[in-house]
Amino acid sequence: MAKRLGLVTLALLLVGGALALIPSAAAAQDKTVWIPMLCYRTGPYAPGGSGFCGGKEDYFALVNAKGGVEGVKIRFQECETAYDTARGIECYERNKEGALVIYPHSTGIMYALLERATRDKIPLSHIGYGRADAADGTTFPYAFPFISTYWSLASAKVRFIAQREGGEDKLKGKKIALLYIDIPYGRETIPIMERLARRFGFEFRGFPVPPPGLEQGAQWTDIARRFRADWVINRNWGVSCTVPLREAARLGFTREKILGVWWCGSEEDVVPAGEAAKGYLSAEFSGSGRDFPVIQEIIEKVHGAGKGNIEKERIGTAYYNRGVVEAAITVEALRGAMKKFGYPVKGEHMQWAMENLNITEARLKELGLLGLVPSLKTSREDHEGGGAAKFKQWDGTKWVGVSEWIAPYKEIVWEAVKESAAKYRAEKK
Amino acid sequence: MSGDLLFGVELAVSGLLVGVMYSLVALGFVLIFKSSGIFNFAQGAMTLFAALALVGFLPRLGMGVSILAVLAVMVALAFAVERVVLRPLVARPPLALFMATIGLGFFLEGLAQAIWGTQPKGLDIGIPDTPYVVGGLLLSRLDLAGAAAAGVLVLGLIVFFQKTTLGLGLRAVSDDHEAALSVGIPLGRAWAVTWAIAGVVAVVAGVLWGSRLGVQFSLSLVALKALPVLIIGGIESIPGAILAGLIVGAAERLAGGFIDPLVGGGVKDFSPYLLAMIFLIFRPYGLFGREIIERV
Repeated sequence: MAKRLGLVTLALLLVGGALALIPSAAAAQDKTVWIPMLCYRTGPYAPGGSGFCGGKEDYFALVNAKGGVEGVKIRFQECETAYDTARGIECYERNKEGALVIYPHSTGIMYALLERATRDKIPLSHIGYGRADAADGTTFPYAFPFISTYWSLASAKVRFIAQREGGEDKLKGKKIALLYIDIPYGRETIPIMERLARRFGFEFRGFPVPPPGLEQGAQWTDIARRFRADWVINRNWGVSCTVPLREAARLGFTREKILGVWWCGSEEDVVPAGEAAKGYLSAEFSGSGRDFPVIQEIIEKVHGAGKGNIEKERIGTAYYNRGVVEAAITVEALRGAMKKFGYPVKGEHMQWAMENLNITEARLKELGLLGLVPSLKTSREDHEGGGAAKFKQWDGTKWVGVSEWIAPYKEIVWEAVKESAAKYRAEKK
Repeated sequence: MSGDLLFGVELAVSGLLVGVMYSLVALGFVLIFKSSGIFNFAQGAMTLFAALALVGFLPRLGMGVSILAVLAVMVALAFAVERVVLRPLVARPPLALFMATIGLGFFLEGLAQAIWGTQPKGLDIGIPDTPYVVGGLLLSRLDLAGAAAAGVLVLGLIVFFQKTTLGLGLRAVSDDHEAALSVGIPLGRAWAVTWAIAGVVAVVAGVLWGSRLGVQFSLSLVALKALPVLIIGGIESIPGAILAGLIVGAAERLAGGFIDPLVGGGVKDFSPYLLAMIFLIFRPYGLFGREIIERV
């Protein structure tokens, strides 16, 4: 018995010793950087979270398959948040050690992590979501709402509506309804829409939808039959993005006058609505489809090698492409950080690189990203780096682009950004 | 009709129609409670499971055969639930059975998504979205169809529980498991039949709600809409579920249309629960619920 016990103990020691050696052996072979992925692949918002994360992970896998960034591989691992803020904070705390960047993947989580990440010197990358005044890098040094904030998007939407109506002067007297899910993300654009309404003379009214927004009959009857909106902005999330399309159809409201935020502009939002979605418009900060060299490369080198992080048929969908775009921006920043600071790369190195990005069209072409993302130039003051949005329309089977990159009303947006950031600074004094 | 009056009538009518859809979900709860005394927390998950199964079968089998296949799946599931989950808990406190249905709900949600995926899917049942226009009012064809389907289902269930031996047996089981057993009613079979009927109701609810919202995880949240309906109508009354569904649907829309704009929103979704609280205070067994007097 004693002999058997001794053998078992010896075997356990050998196995334990071997396991202990594996990480150090791997570390000796590969230089790596650590990027935790706060993802949500479960719950009602899983279709969005799985696409957004899957796109990023596929891009990282592509970079790794091509030898990494200057030989440094990207180590990434998911932590499931289920789009819940408390779980997001827990994921952050468990995975922040050595992290180069954090993707909150939720406006609520972004708000919750803002001060923690700043204290820990880990940049937050929140492309196309999160608090809009975070574009002010002097106030929020570790927050990066790349490409376009919600406020820039809202103003680009108004510019798009003006184009459709025949000019800015035609906005006067028009009625624009904001149908928003009643959470911080949903309410984020109300202040900027009020400013834009004052500037252009259109009538603006908000219609809150309590989450999860399965039933929006009262709001829609009001919008279509009493308020009689000329345009409706669909600022919902998950199933509540789909419901308006069916409600509008039921009330005979044309879908060609419903304009979705990009989080209501995925295939997952329109396919369940069937025919009712035809003609629906949505904003976008990335190109749609698979017709980009980088996407083709992912199909060949990542999914072709059986290393994909999402079902192959979802490659090229809206969420997926947004994920690829955000990952590509991170990798460009990582390249910049390594060029300036060398290896190992720390959070503050990434922060410097992220506010000194200059991704030109020529560089986008080299990366196979041309058309998928607009050129981007950030600075210490401007963490957004652009602000433009594209618009697309659902034709019943696919999204079709209906505009070029449309610029925001920068002076209005930045006036609001500066005021809001100053208020934040005053509160934190 | 003046603008506001027409608006109010339109809200009330559309509210009544959507209320029938709430009743449909509430019926599943009522059926199981009525015949087994269990509050089935898994009813929403059953609706999701049925709808996901249907869209999973559709591409291969077509609508008619798919519906039959889903009905068969739900009946099989009912018998499995009785055998694996309920039978070991016979004569245990109601709380144990309730907790078991919570676990069952999570299991069904996970199983359905593991088999048929998490991606939202469309469900076209051939009813167009365009409304009927009647005297200036817009009436949704889908809501009218839902109301008709719910009406037929309710009539069938009332006849079943009032006129058939099996239905009467199920009501006896609901009153007292052990007494029902002592007069020869097979408890296991009674429970399995009840869950099978609730499964059929879940299929109808899944089809109608799935065609409105698309088939996706959020279908399981539809069950939340049934809770105030159950409190107001009485948790073991089929007519109560119908009437309370109508009250909740109309109250919700009228509150949303008239009170929300004045207070900045939020009242619409809160109003059914406010009504339910009032009922709990003044009529705790609901409109048609049986008052149970217990010796303490």
